[in-house]
Amino acid sequence: MAVSTGEHVLAPVQQRGQAALGRLGLPTRKQEAWRLTNLSRLEAVARMPVNGVATASDAPPCLDGVVRLVLDGVNDPLEGVTLPEGLTPLEPKELELALGHTLDRCGLSDDWLVEFNHASAQQLLALRVCGTVPPLEITMAAASGLIPTRVLLVVEEKAQLELLQVFSGRGEAAHSHLMEVHLGQEAQLNHGVLACADGVAALFAQLAVEQEPRSTYNFTSVVQGWSLGRIEPRVVQVDGQASTTLKGLAVADLEQQLAVHTWVCFEGPDGELDQLQKCLAAGRSHTIFNGAINVPRKAQRTNAAQLSRNLLLSDRARVDTKPELEIVADDVRCAHGATVSQLQEDELFYLRSRGIGASDAAALLLRGACQEVVDLLPTHASAWRPLERVLEGLAS
Amino acid sequence: MIRPDAELLLDITDLHASVEDQPILKGVNLQVRSGEIHAVMGRNGSGKSTLSKVLAGHPAYRVTSGTVRYRGENLFELEAEERARLGVFLGFQYPVEIPGVSNLEFLRVATNARRLKQNLEELDTFDFEDHVHERLKVVQMDPAFLERSVNEGFSGGEKKRNEILQMALLEPVVAILDETDSGLDIDALRIVAGGVNQLANANNATLLITHYQRLLDEITPDYVHVMASGRILRTGGRELALELEQIGYDWVDKELAAQGVA
Repeated sequence: MAVSTGEHVLAPVQQRGQAALGRLGLPTRKQEAWRLTNLSRLEAVARMPVNGVATASDAPPCLDGVVRLVLDGVNDPLEGVTLPEGLTPLEPKELELALGHTLDRCGLSDDWLVEFNHASAQQLLALRVCGTVPPLEITMAAASGLIPTRVLLVVEEKAQLELLQVFSGRGEAAHSHLMEVHLGQEAQLNHGVLACADGVAALFAQLAVEQEPRSTYNFTSVVQGWSLGRIEPRVVQVDGQASTTLKGLAVADLEQQLAVHTWVCFEGPDGELDQLQKCLAAGRSHTIFNGAINVPRKAQRTNAAQLSRNLLLSDRARVDTKPELEIVADDVRCAHGATVSQLQEDELFYLRSRGIGASDAAALLLRGACQEVVDLLPTHASAWRPLERVLEGLAS
Repeated sequence: MIRPDAELLLDITDLHASVEDQPILKGVNLQVRSGEIHAVMGRNGSGKSTLSKVLAGHPAYRVTSGTVRYRGENLFELEAEERARLGVFLGFQYPVEIPGVSNLEFLRVATNARRLKQNLEELDTFDFEDHVHERLKVVQMDPAFLERSVNEGFSGGEKKRNEILQMALLEPVVAILDETDSGLDIDALRIVAGGVNQLANANNATLLITHYQRLLDEITPDYVHVMASGRILRTGGRELALELEQIGYDWVDKELAAQGVA
């Protein structure tokens, strides 16, 4: 029998996760990974009841040809769905072998957020991708309480997929999401995450990606409006020679705290990384970016570029940004840079000198700042009007 | 075109202004009537660009004394955007690049802001596209530039054409062009100057800020002013520009010394 919801597989995982949480305890500020986190909000999430009542879906109709799967933490996402050719659920035996493999390769054993997901997740979507398949959308539905979800994707050699994940959050709710992706040789995955909330809900999303040589992984994340949001894409190029692109936008307002922790490891030569993270902080919000790049001796001729661009939109907002490059190989190009600025007076004046009022001018500039990343989401994201969503969420 | 009875559009009286507490303008007097083209020349640092920014309302410049009346109204009571809507246009020496903001959308929003003030109907996306394509001819600009971000990656010449395109769309009453000729090759200069000439008429006025006679070979000024040390030192006809080309600005120091300024 094909498995999509993996109760049998997940039962032992859950036990191990609960044991691990007991052993690890809650994160503390003494731990580097949690130094800047609002831990009282984290504690509140940890106390939430699991799988509350799903709220009404705000999903727009899908564009033609797009396959939508809905994960709500409880129901089988494949029930009533006819998967297109090339997209199949993993068999239980394959699943047992594959589950957790990429997490280990990405250094996520004993990670608190991973164990937190393990301890509660009862739902698993595990799919194999062969050839070129239609665009896929996986929607993590808004519900009250904690919604733990888990996805495993095996993208076979030379397969191609456009994948959009959408997270919505309203009220006292939190997503705990764990995803593992294995990209075979010459596989191509264009992966977008659109995660918008109402300023109250919380989001934890951990994405572990393993890339075989000559595979291409393009990841675009647009995160806005979570009371506590933390998204952690971790990518390992298992033999180098692969191409990774990480583009991110985090937009925070009011008292929100949004964190993006990325980690890219080159376990072989000739790997490429192109990374841009943009953070916009308004109100009394706080954005955090931590970008780790690991280039061991065997990763000669790695070509990596990381840029962190931050816009402070109020005097009381806070931005923390930290590149973390660990380079042992000597024949590499690793560029990194970080800027923190306010809306440019010259840009504002240019627009005002053309009759555009000060607040409209600021709105145009913000739109421009967001659009650069939003435009990189898979094309079927347009059904969600991502740019409008992000800008409407900027309250102040 | 000089007509003494033409409407007085801009009346600058004893204007003093500073930037970062450094006085730059020290008593500018200038009257501009409709139909006129004025050229303001002078050395670097004489205050030409400051004058243009003060007139357009740049927040970094502080007016310390003096008045500017625009069609009888106190210009300094108006915000920068309000001045633009009423027909004051500044063509930037260094047009600003704005990544992510579509040039077409920017031009449409700006045009509609001005049209609303003129009691004209706003143009929707489709009508505006027709309108802008018509106006592109003024500066022989490639429509591909409409699809790009405002000035981003434009060459110097393309940026200046984009400025004149904005002028063509906004149809200003007073256009102040700050070194519109800088960074242009001869062909681009002719195209840009041709655009300015097409837009100049009996009901508007142009203030050209320039270092070089070559722009004035293409656009014939009615008046030429020489600025020095934050004021207008001498005013003449177009022959003054030709004379400057011959003799340079050495005389300026003597004249300022004679006035006890330098």
